Amino acid sequence: METIIIGICKYIICLLVVMYTLYCFTVFRKRKESQAGVYGFQLFLMFAIHAFSFVCIFIGRYMDTTEDMLKCSIMYLVQVIVFLVFIIAYRLAYRKLSPLVFNNMLMLMAFGLIMQTRLDYDDAIKQVIFITIGLTVCIIIPFIIRKIKYLKDFGWIYGFFGLICLMLVFVIGKEKYGAKNWIIIGGFAMQPSEFVKILFVFFVASCLSKAKDFKSIVKVSSLAAVHVMVLVLEKDLGGALIYSVVYLFMLYIATSDIRYLLAGFGAGSLAAVIAYKLFFHVRVRVIAWKDPWSVIDKQGYQICQSLFAIGTGGWFGMGLTKGLPTSIPVVGSDFIFAGISEEMGGIVGICIILICISCFIMFINISMKIRLEFYKLIALGLSIMYMFQVFLTIGGATKFIPSTGVTLPLVSSGGSSILSTIIMFNIIQGLYVLNQDDVESRKQQEPRTAREGRKRRRNELEDTIV
Amino acid sequence: MDGRALKKRTRKCVNREISIIAYVFVILFAGLIAYLARFIAVDGQEVINSSYNKRQNMLEKSIQRGMILGSKGEILAKTEYDKNGEMTRVYPYDSLFAHTVGRYNKTKTGLENSMAFKLLTSSSNPIQKIFNDIKGERSPGDNVVTTLDVNLQKVASEALGSKKGAVVVMEPSTGKILAMVSKPSYNPNTVDQNWEKLISSDNEDSALMNRATQGTYPPGSVYKIITAIGYMRQYPDSYRNFTYTCDGKYTIGDDVLKCAGGAKHGKVNMEEAFAKSCNGAFASMLANMDLSEFAKTNKDMLFNTSLDVDIPVRKPSYTLSNKDNDSLRARTAIGQGNTTTNPMHLAMIASAIANNGMLMRPYIVDRIENAEGTIIDKTAPKSYARLMSESEAATLTEYMEGVVTSGTAKALKTKEYTVAGKTGTAEIAGANPYSWFVGFASKNQADLVVSVCVENAGSSSSYAVPIAKKVFAAYYK
Repeated sequence: METIIIGICKYIICLLVVMYTLYCFTVFRKRKESQAGVYGFQLFLMFAIHAFSFVCIFIGRYMDTTEDMLKCSIMYLVQVIVFLVFIIAYRLAYRKLSPLVFNNMLMLMAFGLIMQTRLDYDDAIKQVIFITIGLTVCIIIPFIIRKIKYLKDFGWIYGFFGLICLMLVFVIGKEKYGAKNWIIIGGFAMQPSEFVKILFVFFVASCLSKAKDFKSIVKVSSLAAVHVMVLVLEKDLGGALIYSVVYLFMLYIATSDIRYLLAGFGAGSLAAVIAYKLFFHVRVRVIAWKDPWSVIDKQGYQICQSLFAIGTGGWFGMGLTKGLPTSIPVVGSDFIFAGISEEMGGIVGICIILICISCFIMFINISMKIRLEFYKLIALGLSIMYMFQVFLTIGGATKFIPSTGVTLPLVSSGGSSILSTIIMFNIIQGLYVLNQDDVESRKQQEPRTAREGRKRRRNELEDTIV
Repeated sequence: MDGRALKKRTRKCVNREISIIAYVFVILFAGLIAYLARFIAVDGQEVINSSYNKRQNMLEKSIQRGMILGSKGEILAKTEYDKNGEMTRVYPYDSLFAHTVGRYNKTKTGLENSMAFKLLTSSSNPIQKIFNDIKGERSPGDNVVTTLDVNLQKVASEALGSKKGAVVVMEPSTGKILAMVSKPSYNPNTVDQNWEKLISSDNEDSALMNRATQGTYPPGSVYKIITAIGYMRQYPDSYRNFTYTCDGKYTIGDDVLKCAGGAKHGKVNMEEAFAKSCNGAFASMLANMDLSEFAKTNKDMLFNTSLDVDIPVRKPSYTLSNKDNDSLRARTAIGQGNTTTNPMHLAMIASAIANNGMLMRPYIVDRIENAEGTIIDKTAPKSYARLMSESEAATLTEYMEGVVTSGTAKALKTKEYTVAGKTGTAEIAGANPYSWFVGFASKNQADLVVSVCVENAGSSSSYAVPIAKKVFAAYYK
């Protein structure tokens, strides 16, 4: 009986996830008026996916004792309530949020919560707490972005403050999973680099939007390079990579000069070769990537287990609770993608990638519509930061690229990662709101003849974001 | 151009660059998705087929483990369920295929282990699979069709009888393994009940071990094949002029190497030395050879390399170096030193000789079929490595035919087909010697390689050769 229900749910969930994902892309083509319904329906799909997943988790994992059954039911209700409360709260607080970005944020969180509940109840509790704190605190971010106009003036302050936070780990840092980039505050382990990366984008955006002469660029680049160096010293390779790539693309957009990009990637490749020669832990990652089977007992163990999970899961997965994701070390955070792919199937895995792409396209879209360069650069920097991180973690789990040990934003467990991603998403929401205001105010301010007005309105309608 | 227009233009321009970045990322992700899809659909099937993957028990809940079949469709292993849904793996031939097919209970071995995920993959109609999933019924797993010839396996097993040892039968033109016997054997159907006895330390049978691939045997005189190749390579122009006068003894300092049975072969050339298996002649050959060159020849003959066969094979080992004394050198020349091998490895060398120097990759899984018999994956014969040149192979064939026509394996002489081979008697300290025969039979072309080793038997002509003869006869019947 148990197998039958989980078997049926598996296919239903797969179908619902595919539908959800399709809507993520059809909205780019549809007119604004017909979209409201779609977004509502997406939320409905999200709740349905969440519910069917919990049916599987309940009968597959929490049926042993009454206490377990109760625990699982409470967990389900709490998660649903958290979702409902924030859907309403955000709707009340902001009339003009991007519904697609908001829905995708919740959908990805839901995948994370499903997997955490399936893997480890205590981790699920933590995840719910972090999501609640994050969504509560960050609800003011769009407001701040919209109202505080001098955010762009703090360039170097962002930079140096961020750097100090990064360097904190040298003083009070703890080593975890081979990287010394954690600090423990009040019993909670957190990764400063997760938050500093946002400051980093603000620093670069602010400085580059002001001055683009060669001397200023050298100054900004130097401080950015110090950030990267600190991360390398902490052995946080994923972080170092993300910071560098984000910086290079922001520099390219700010200057429109492809030479910076090429020079940057040239220097980056050189640095990678040096790092490979110099650091043992870099070589280990590359060896584990090139031929994990030769070192399956040691460095290749994790990636091999991840590939076993994805391969055995196939297209439709083994069914929630029917796989063996716990055989992959740190499956809850860095290798969550393998866990999802094993139990929910490769189709769901690919849909998650597509949902992330849909977020990215939306972010890029927002960045392109913004007029003020500072905000434009922020939107762009955060888009790249988000997408590159997704690429690193999923590419790492599937052996497409060497594993760098970064989390899948919003899905992986881990407070720092969840909180910083919520901040990022809400900043983008703030920029979206800001841009909507901008479009509206231009519409009102500029006096025009009726005929011109109609024409202009049509242009601006195209100007507003889908 | 006024300021506004200029600004608008730069904005457009910057947006163009942003979209370039967006495209770069979309392409990157398209690559990732394509890679992932390919992995799930194709490459993953190979990858998950690993003993490190602990998910077999999970799959067994939704898939009925497929069958392992003989080359003519005989069932070598199948799955049955009782009324309570408890599964048993059934082996209709009992102990006959215990080492190649392997066992299911008590840690999987053989094909049961290496093909575990193929057996647990259902390539039947995917819609049917979804329905089975939903109904909670098991879908039938794929069947593994082997190259094993049940008849030859029976003949080889009966010929070996109650002796300890192993037989490997191969088709040199393709690399197909037609039979692989290891004795003593055990019954995989009752392995659970007999487990304590099988692993008990006072049981010297080691019935669980596959001697054909895991044995560590001294090759004895069969090794003279390699000494001969080495000498031919180091003296390409003059090896045909080689002569040695055998007085039954080869003296190295105060150590003496005798020829088998106290024989005095008199003046022999290389071909005669090979046919009569003259120890002194081969010891004198190696005494005049460069050891680092000879180490290379051994490497070419797959010593000290991992052998890539469908089931794990122990690395054959050759260690002679200039630091070793002359006595060990002389013994190594006739396969008595520290050199170790196994019947599978020597079958591979004989296959290469039979196939004009080219070794075909030995394989035991011919194809994977789904439950309906549709072929999912077929193993194509492929070359493994060229071990020697065509002319070297031709010369060795000539020598090995001499062994049968006028040498130590005359018992194999017949009008119906031609046999080429080499016998060996490996002396073991404090025990009866091991008896070897390695060779091949041909009618129009080389058809069949047989490699036999009988432990603690006696001289090769009385033990290993008759076993090979029965296998050849059964093949040509």
